[in-house]
Amino acid sequence: MENAPGEGRAMTAAILVSIFMTLAAAATPILLASLGELVTEKAGVLNLGVEGMMLCGAVAGFAVAYSTGSIALGLIAATLAGVAAAMIFALLTLGLGSNQVATGLALTIFGIGASSLIGAGFVGRTITRLGPLFPADYAAHPWLRLVFGHDAIVYLSLALVLAVGLFLRRTKAGLILRAVGENADSAHAIGYRVLAIRTAATAFGGALAGLGGAYFSLALTPMWADRLTAGRGWIALALVVFAAWKPGRLLIGAYLFGAVATFELQAKAAGWSFIAPEVLAMTPYLATIVVLTMMSLGRRIGGRDAPACLGKPFPAS
Amino acid sequence: MSTIITRRTLLAGAAASSALPLVGARAQAPFGVGFVYVGPIGDHGYTWTHDQGRLALEKEYGAKIKTSFIENVAEGPDAARAIRQLAQAGNQLIFTTSFGFMNPTIQVAKQFPKIFFEHATGYQRAENVATYNARFYEGRAAIGTIAGHMSKTGQAGYVASFPIPEVVMGINAFHLAAKKVNPNFKTKVIWCSTWYDPAKEADAAKALIDQGADMITQHTDSAAPLQAAEQRGVFAFGQASDMKAFAPKAHLSAIVDDWSGYYIKRVKEAMGGTWKTGDVWHGLKEGMVKLAPYNDAITPAARAAADDVQKGIIAGTLHPFTGELKDQKGTLRLKAGETASDEMLSKMDWYVDGVQA
Repeated sequence: MENAPGEGRAMTAAILVSIFMTLAAAATPILLASLGELVTEKAGVLNLGVEGMMLCGAVAGFAVAYSTGSIALGLIAATLAGVAAAMIFALLTLGLGSNQVATGLALTIFGIGASSLIGAGFVGRTITRLGPLFPADYAAHPWLRLVFGHDAIVYLSLALVLAVGLFLRRTKAGLILRAVGENADSAHAIGYRVLAIRTAATAFGGALAGLGGAYFSLALTPMWADRLTAGRGWIALALVVFAAWKPGRLLIGAYLFGAVATFELQAKAAGWSFIAPEVLAMTPYLATIVVLTMMSLGRRIGGRDAPACLGKPFPAS
Repeated sequence: MSTIITRRTLLAGAAASSALPLVGARAQAPFGVGFVYVGPIGDHGYTWTHDQGRLALEKEYGAKIKTSFIENVAEGPDAARAIRQLAQAGNQLIFTTSFGFMNPTIQVAKQFPKIFFEHATGYQRAENVATYNARFYEGRAAIGTIAGHMSKTGQAGYVASFPIPEVVMGINAFHLAAKKVNPNFKTKVIWCSTWYDPAKEADAAKALIDQGADMITQHTDSAAPLQAAEQRGVFAFGQASDMKAFAPKAHLSAIVDDWSGYYIKRVKEAMGGTWKTGDVWHGLKEGMVKLAPYNDAITPAARAAADDVQKGIIAGTLHPFTGELKDQKGTLRLKAGETASDEMLSKMDWYVDGVQA
């Protein structure tokens, strides 16, 4: 970094804190969407429509927040819109037995179109963005900003990682959900309602995707524009595999993605011209490949990660 | 509201065009003008400004013409289909408004020699295909002047898309103008490798601000960098249209595209039978490039200097690229007093000294 003389440690600290704040904001929507997808997939449902559900959430959140002036109502609407989109998917795949991969892709295309249509009247409008949760006094010192400087959704996403982790591992309901994903026939045989549980898991996935999408239109860039999420839904999908269906690793993965993406931009801004900009632009993808390779090497030793019934219809046709 | 191309409308179009020899029968029909847009119209930005041009045509000629458009057309095979659709629907003049429509435009134009085509920002022409473009760099010289006056840190951040001549030219024009005001001025560039990714554009602006930039300029399509500047309390400039609504405090001005004058002139020529192919590259003088209204925060000195730059360019006494000019590596590109030729500009792939890209 080119620091002018006189710019000392305080300046560097401020930059570091700022970088981390940007990183956390970049990671949060991906973390939310992928956490929802993780729960969906744990129940054995592969919903590739994350990008579409995020866009539905983004547009519904913005439309409601703009019309009512309330960010909170916007977030609720976004969550419900995500659930609604997920329910279309559930109706088609779980109710009517359509192919999950094809339906998921169709859901994304539907989400892009529907959000564009609903959002047409909101292009060019802005709202007051979702601000930090704690009063500014708490975050006056740069290092305290790391703890107290975020908005409510960042804290909520971290709490949800913990909650989902505990739910899946430590509760009976979580055990049943995993059983449905691992062996639907056995779960059914001992009296669990496979389709109901899968529908609920799909709805949860939709809710978090909707919330993640709304993070774009309400917090990151408080506006509506076509395809606002710009492909983050696909990254969220990849992250679930990347994290081997484990919430803790998902957290690390999302923040790693945020870190690599933020590093790319900071390195360019700092003028590290010895690295070609094209190489820097490639780093998030390179990192993904490296980790996926490491995981597949690890899997040879540690065994398989994906739920056994992932993507398989029930009852089996 | 985009026109949806179905097989049925395509066939209907084909039927209509096969009836073309009976042209006398349609002499009373309004003159058809079609537009192919690369993005959604929205209410700001590049495609919106072209649509403003279309609306200006309707206002100018009223019932004498009939305009239609297809928005959100991908640069690729879809483009040829969209252009052909407009041709078969009976339009007599078709504007295709993105660089990537160049080959499809030429291809379709061959099949419809009686129809006039106008392609924005391309370099391939034909008997019935003209090209047009705007000298955005002239507007960027004016906002660079404002940045040079208004920046306290002496550093600007440039949120850029791809290192093509158009973008490089803009960066250099902005930087040269700022450097005239402040010889130590630095312009830091972040290549986003995308025209449109609001979250990434915003993060790029934040990274530039973190590294000391207090003026944010952009050559990407969303208003996100402006919003980031507003949030961080620094100044910024809009792109393609007035983007003040997104950042009332941060938005100092913007380069604005105004295609209406050109469209009105060309439609008149096409209707009167005097249309000829050609290539125009218009700027501040012809009103194809304008500046958005200045923010009140702009100091009188900066305001006057930016006005002088605009007046100089319009009068022809000032060229944003005038030597002596060295590039980043110290190579002499323009001798003292020499101005850059249009060919040099349109192939620009080097940065002037002080640009960090």
